[in-house]
Amino acid sequence: MSEDFNDNKTIQAQSSETISGEGVRGVAPDKDYVRPAEVADQDLYHGHSFITKWIFCQDAKVIGVQYFLLATFTGIIGLILSWLMRLQLGFPGAAGFMTAEHYYQFVTMHGMIMVVYFLTALFLGGFGNYLIPLMVGARDMVFPYVNMVSFWMFFVAVGVLLASFFVPGGPTGSGWTLYPPQAILEGTPGSGMGIILMCVSLILFVAGFTMGGLNYLITVLQARTRGMTLMRMPLTVWGIFTATVLAMLAFPALLVSALMMTLDKVLATSFFMPTILKAGEVLEYGGGTPILFQHLFWFFGHPEVYIVALPAFGIVSDLISVHSRKNIFGYRMMVWAIVIIGALSFFVWAHHMYVSGMHPWFGFFFATTTLIIAVPTAMKVYNWILTLWKGNIRLNTVMLWCLGFIVTFVNGGITGIFLGNVTVDVPLSDTYFVVAHFHMVMGIAPLMVIMGAVYHWFPLVAGRMLSEKLGKLHFWITFLGAYSIYFPMHYLGFIGVPRRYFEMYNSPYITSAVGVNEFISMAAFLVGAAQFILIYNIIVSLRMGKPAGKNPWQANSLEWLTPTVPPEHGNWGDKLPVIHRWPYDYSVPGAKDDFIPQTTPPSEVAGTEVEKT
Amino acid sequence: MHVGFIFLAVIVGSVLFHIFTPWYWTDIASNWGSMDDTITLTFWVGGGVFVAVCLFMVYCIFKFSYKEGRKAEYKPEDKKLERILTWATTLGVAALLAPGLIVWNQYINVPKNAIDIDVMAWQWGWQYRLPGEDGKLGSTKVENINDNNPFGIILEDINGKDDVLIQSDVLHLKNNRPVKILLRSVDVLHNWYVPQFRAKMDAVPGTITYYWFEPNKVGEYEVLCAEYCGVGHYGMRGRVFVKSEQDYEKWYQEQETFSDLVAKQEEIEFSGTKLVKNNLND
Repeated sequence: MSEDFNDNKTIQAQSSETISGEGVRGVAPDKDYVRPAEVADQDLYHGHSFITKWIFCQDAKVIGVQYFLLATFTGIIGLILSWLMRLQLGFPGAAGFMTAEHYYQFVTMHGMIMVVYFLTALFLGGFGNYLIPLMVGARDMVFPYVNMVSFWMFFVAVGVLLASFFVPGGPTGSGWTLYPPQAILEGTPGSGMGIILMCVSLILFVAGFTMGGLNYLITVLQARTRGMTLMRMPLTVWGIFTATVLAMLAFPALLVSALMMTLDKVLATSFFMPTILKAGEVLEYGGGTPILFQHLFWFFGHPEVYIVALPAFGIVSDLISVHSRKNIFGYRMMVWAIVIIGALSFFVWAHHMYVSGMHPWFGFFFATTTLIIAVPTAMKVYNWILTLWKGNIRLNTVMLWCLGFIVTFVNGGITGIFLGNVTVDVPLSDTYFVVAHFHMVMGIAPLMVIMGAVYHWFPLVAGRMLSEKLGKLHFWITFLGAYSIYFPMHYLGFIGVPRRYFEMYNSPYITSAVGVNEFISMAAFLVGAAQFILIYNIIVSLRMGKPAGKNPWQANSLEWLTPTVPPEHGNWGDKLPVIHRWPYDYSVPGAKDDFIPQTTPPSEVAGTEVEKT
Repeated sequence: MHVGFIFLAVIVGSVLFHIFTPWYWTDIASNWGSMDDTITLTFWVGGGVFVAVCLFMVYCIFKFSYKEGRKAEYKPEDKKLERILTWATTLGVAALLAPGLIVWNQYINVPKNAIDIDVMAWQWGWQYRLPGEDGKLGSTKVENINDNNPFGIILEDINGKDDVLIQSDVLHLKNNRPVKILLRSVDVLHNWYVPQFRAKMDAVPGTITYYWFEPNKVGEYEVLCAEYCGVGHYGMRGRVFVKSEQDYEKWYQEQETFSDLVAKQEEIEFSGTKLVKNNLND
């Protein structure tokens, strides 16, 4: 068995061109040869009732859409919370009900919702489920039932999270980082039921997510169709795959920290709790350390940044390539960059903790690792813009989002070099510079990709195109608005305005920040409102959009090559597709069209520079 | 073509904003000018990369936007170019990292002549303790904190007897004399931060953290809490006066020491018991 297995692997690692049928009993070499499948095609469980087809559904595509819709719903709550925060910051007292307690609760829920329940769920649960099986040529995820349970665990997690708005004391207001001791002590809003529900919700999320994550990993590793070698996978799959590996390794740290904090709260253990004096009395805690929580949290928290970023990197690479009509530049380097960034992301966590009081020597180590990670990241940026170089760039809505991504990501990436470089971080940490940085780099930049992806793949999911006119309007308001929110915000950090202030810091010692704050708030209202253009666009286009037909973007990757659009359950009809090339054969010299789909056999494009890739 | 122009405007606008912004550093009042320098350096290198990458992108938008019938170049890789870019980036990153590490090394190594200052934080306020004649602070314990011993000084520790106690959020510092800020908290995380001094560090309950700086400009400054500490976080302020040596000494001499406080307490206690006794006698 083991020898067999090894042989197979070697064969698979080589591209099919080296193992053409040459030498097989004297038959003429067949250049279209692809190694036969190892296991027979299996049929899936097909739902028949409305409930099994649309609710407790095992089809990864439906689960993907479910994840997408629930994450978006949660994201809209996060958006509304951000409006309320900006209302308070720009126009203090304008909302009469806004107390400091509420403000901190909104800050916390906004942060946690956007990072975990919106971005993570959307990229991995949403795009991961929809695209992985289609892009690797599988009929579905390998464990469809577990996949279904994964979504419903997520559903319960969101329910528990939102329930905390309605318990006595309200949701936790401890900041999305949930730092103890304050998270579980009076003095922080929602330090009773609020924080417990937050921890329970996170535990449920991680459990549900693990079910989905194992599915994505094993599907990519085991269920690729014939000819789909790892180095022929679209970068989207590489990004989601690597992000899932990170998630599998990072989320356990979040799980245990949530569990330990729940125990500290409920059973008065002291994992994170030292001796504490509160209102003149020494509490029953003692001996724990709050910094332990920070290490656990950021051991999850930093990879989490890349759990969001890597799928965005992958997706944007594919979008840029398709709409520039050009292969992604330096594919192999792009793959390695994703993998290296993923690996390094586990060695940089304490750059969130330079001024946390951890041993100061850690600063040297974590500054070095953090700045090393800038190198593969910069390579990715170069390769995106080099893909544009000498391309044939369609300036459609999808491409606009990609260009917006490049600007915001480079901007946010460079401010990351400020914060990662230990000394530079000292004056800037815990100020609005940090807020501006992470919103730019892991809020706006990935959001640009999500939007681009929505405009790109909506025709596949719905069979109709979205309106370009509305799309462009949506883009310009969002891009220009978001940029004018976060670009000036960095400068508040330079003045020294600390984050998490209910009343924006203002003092005779600094240039007044009132005007710029009002401006930022106005821009935030506008950008938030502009997102409803997309919702309107989707609702109208679902009914009245231009029919997309097959492969409207003339793309190469497999998801566009299903027998029906939108793809049905099982994806591929009777026969699984066979892959002959990578997904980036655009504008190949000598070819008739400017794209050669992955399923096109070499014999059909004979005489071109790249019969096989 | 308008797309390229808008992106160009965004980049030019960013640069102009940076040049003309009224919101920038507060005037520095400590020795940490080197932190400002590292930031300026990062600005030049990082800003240069940002502008270069974006301008390249804008150029591509102008030059290579879609034309029917034109074919894009087919060039999957360019090993040489990729190698050059990798090394150039590595070099740039190293050039930023090295000064960062050097300054960090200064930041964590406190000069010998620094005055220790105990900064004690709680929800939501500050108080300070300075060493007495012996130049040493007595050790403390959270459990010891009470009305008679507001800093929780361990009574057996001789070093603590002459400690100067400042039960207010206003601290005075001597100009041009380094101070080592020893941070502790009795409840949750806090962070004693004065923007003009640039430096900061969290106060963590259960442990003592530190940082140092040398104030070099006489004046009044505001202390902010820079680590979220619950609902009163935004109001947790204090003040620092940096004073000339003479003014500082004058202020310092006026402050109460721990022994003074204990003596006063005993007196009150003594007169208290006397009062009670008298009352009983009546």
